[in-house]
Order: sequence, then structure tokens, then C-alpha cells
Amino acid sequence: MTATLSKPQRRTAGRPFLQNLDRLLPLVGVGVMFGLWWLIAISGWVNPVLLPTPWATLGTLATAMTTGDMFTDFLASVVRTFSAFVLAAVVGVPLGVLLGSSEKLYRSVEFLIDFFRSTPASALIPMFILFFGVSDFSKVIIAAFSALLLIVFNSAYGVLNARQSRILAAKVMGANRWQVFKDVLVMESLPQTFIGLRSGISIALVIVIVAEMFIGTEQGLGKRIIDAQQVLDVQDMYASILITGLLGYALNVLFLLGEKRVIHWSGK
Amino acid sequence: MMLDTPTTQTIAPPEHFVSVKGLCKSFGNAVLYDNFNLDLPSNQLVSVFGPNGCGKSTLINMISGLTPFDSGEILIHDKPIRRARIGYVFQNYREAMLPWLSAFDNIAYPLRVKGVPEAECRDRVETLIQTFNIQLDLKRYPYSFSGGQQQLISIMRSMVADPEVLFLDEPFSALDFETTLFVRDKLQEIFETTKIPMFMVVHNLEEAVFLADTVLLLSKRPTRLVEMVSFTAPRPRTLDTLSSPEFIETSRHCLDIFRQEMRK
Repeated sequence: MTATLSKPQRRTAGRPFLQNLDRLLPLVGVGVMFGLWWLIAISGWVNPVLLPTPWATLGTLATAMTTGDMFTDFLASVVRTFSAFVLAAVVGVPLGVLLGSSEKLYRSVEFLIDFFRSTPASALIPMFILFFGVSDFSKVIIAAFSALLLIVFNSAYGVLNARQSRILAAKVMGANRWQVFKDVLVMESLPQTFIGLRSGISIALVIVIVAEMFIGTEQGLGKRIIDAQQVLDVQDMYASILITGLLGYALNVLFLLGEKRVIHWSGK
Repeated sequence: MMLDTPTTQTIAPPEHFVSVKGLCKSFGNAVLYDNFNLDLPSNQLVSVFGPNGCGKSTLINMISGLTPFDSGEILIHDKPIRRARIGYVFQNYREAMLPWLSAFDNIAYPLRVKGVPEAECRDRVETLIQTFNIQLDLKRYPYSFSGGQQQLISIMRSMVADPEVLFLDEPFSALDFETTLFVRDKLQEIFETTKIPMFMVVHNLEEAVFLADTVLLLSKRPTRLVEMVSFTAPRPRTLDTLSSPEFIETSRHCLDIFRQEMRK
């Protein structure tokens, strides 16, 4: 992020106005999308019942978040996503690092991991309902399971692909196997582990929303979206979709920033 | 283990800091070393030069215990490798540093893995960097330094645990000319102050001769020791050494041998 920001700064040094304009570039796409949406909404091509104007949607979003019950749904989904993520990370990172530290061990479970990673997690929802019922715990477990696979796989790869030269350097300095493991292998795997964590929380959000739609719940953005659609409360449906998207985006940015802070050496 | 070191030392200090007997090493069907013997005279700076692929780096890695060998015996100061205290400087400092640790912690790492108490670690690193007048802000991370500074930090790291031998694998090849001069001078200073024997692989003939007491010239595969050329110009060696008749004569001699070997 800093890299993309500092480039135009160098290029347009002495032209602060243009430089500030450059920073606004990401908003162009947003503007175009809202403009098109607005045009379609007022043109009459689409039944207004199906597509409210963007301003009406944003208005609904603001009121529902501040005065209505959307915030409760938002919070419920956030709590579920983070519970699933924490569960997956606490189990997944150590498990991945362990599997990665032995090539043979990893190869022997690689097929299983790849198989379940390729299976859409939503396909497993009915099975999880059989085992864990329709409780809140059930939704968290499904989301945690799908995040777990991504986290395990990435952590393991991080360890497997640790730079041989650093391992040798630590060995020649007298580090024993445990010291090489904790001082070099684990640290070397961190950039890849962070990729796993970031993908993990994204998939956890996806699965939480889907699970809320199909397992049924009292609160949650998934349930809110499907309910709004069922009763044709389209403004609320669009507003809920928007807030879900914002949540996903915010989680991604949060993890990218965290990654930059923790893995300060990445790419250097 | 505690007893035999002083005994051998008092009877006669080892004449060789490295001795290799009957060393064999193959990679698949390619024989790299077959019954290779080598004795490196004590307290010297020895450099190794030879054609590409003759296994210079493999040799230094086997002697320092990084690469296993098929058969033979390698002794450092008359002891097996794993009982010797070894310092090793890698060619690629960027990939040998631990970038998640500060430069200071990198230098202290060999002490920490040996379980040296924290206060003593700090003292020893401080003393070391003062001895060699290293004026760098060691709280910074390795990647924030220039290439030469990073290589200097890795030399400090290899020195901190009081090694009895220092191995250097092409320590200058990732550096530009100006930085090479600086790091080379620093290395010479370290050698003169500490008298630690050094075994250095170099990729350039002048580099091989300039700092060395002895230059090892190796043949193409299967690798033989063609000649051990001694170079006795006074220290410290400076840029003037490069134009001294002695240096030119030795370099020419080495080059002649190298050419003969390439023709074979």
C-alpha cells in the first residue's frame, strides 16, 4: 500500500494538487458503479420494486445500522466469523507447522487436505447439521473447518519452503533441531501463514453467511438478506449485501495491514 | 573431552588447522573428490581457487560440516568437525541473515543458541563491535543496511562465539567493487588482530592471492590439489600490494597453472 502511495509522490513532487487527485483514483470505479446503478434505477428498464436507487439503499443502510436492528445482525455475523477464525487459527497454525516440518508426514496427508480444500464447504453443511444440529456452534464449526484447511495448508507450505540457506546458517552457528525449528522454520513460514490466515477469515465469512441463510438463526446478515428477499424488502436486502461486502473488505484490509506490521522483512 | 584438548596442546600445538585424509565425495555418478588429501598450515589465511564446478564450495562445506561426505576423515585442529568451534560466512548475506532479528540479535544468535546468559551475550557483542570499530546502529534490521554492511554484520556474527577457524564462502562475490575493498580491509584487520586461521573460497584469482598466505589451486573434476602457492607479502596489504612485483609474480604463476589445468 505504501509502495503504491509513494510512487506518485515521487513522480509528482512539487505538484501536490495532482498528487492528491491520484489518491482519489480508486473512487472513480465506485462513482461509475453508483452512477450506472442510479441510471438503471431511474430509467424504468427495471421494475423499481427490484432495484431501488443507490441513495435510497444507502439511506436504509445508515438508518438500519444506527437505529434499526441491522447492527445486531452485523455483530452476530462478525462474532461468528471471528470465533470460527480463532478456532481455525489456534488449531491450524500449529498443525500446519507440525505437518510441514516433516516432508513425509505432509505428503501422507496432502491428498486429504487437497481433496477437502477442493470440496465446496457449502456442500458439507448438511453433514455438519447432522452432527452438530442447527445450533450456533454448528455454524461456527463449519466455517472453522473450511478456514482450517486453508490455514493448515499454507502454514505447512511455509515451513516446507523455508529457505535452506537460513537453516544451514542456523545449524552452522550451533543451533539444535528444536532451535532451528522455532527460530528459523516457524519464522520463515510466517509470510505464507499470513496468506493462509487472510484467506481463512475470508472463507469463514462466506461460510458464516451461507450457513445463516440455510441453517436458520435468530440474527445474522445471511438470515437478514434471505428474509428481506423473501418479503421483497429490496432496500434492506441491498443494504445488507452492501454491509456484508464492506465487512469482507474491511477484514481483508485489516489482515493486510497486520501482515505488513508483523512480517516487516517480507520482500526485502 | 575437557582433558584431551590441553594435553594435545601442551605436547605439540597442531601444525595444521585443517587436515583432510582420503576424502571421497560423489554426486550421483559424478565423482567430485576421490581420495583427496589436504593439510592447511596453522594460523594462515588460505584461499581456494579453481575452475567452475570443481567443488570449491563443496569442499569448504564438507570441512565445516555443512555437507556430508562419502568417506575419509576431516580434522580441525586435530579434532573431529563437530567438536571444533566454527565460524562461517556465507556468500549470500541476504539469505543467511535472519531478517526478523535486529542486526544486534543476529550477531548475538550464536551465543544465544549456546545458552550464554543474556548479560554476557550483550557484553561480548559490544566488545566485538568495539574491537573492530563497527559504527552501525545495530538496533536496525539487517535488510536496512547496505550490502557491505550486511556482510560485515555476518562476519561479526561468525566471530562472536570465539571460533577457532573461520570459513568464508565467496564473501565478496555479492558485493560491488568499492564495498569489496572495504570489507576486504576489515577482514584483513580481523585476521591480523585475532590470528584466527581462515579458509576462504574466492571466485577471482586476484582476490585469491591478495589476502592469502597460501593459495590452493584445484583442478577440474575429479578434483586434485594442483599446487599450494605461498604468498608472503608483508601485512597489512594495501592497494600498493596489487602493483608490487611479488603480487604480480604470484598471480602470474597461479594464472599459468590455471590455464594449464583448463587445457587438460
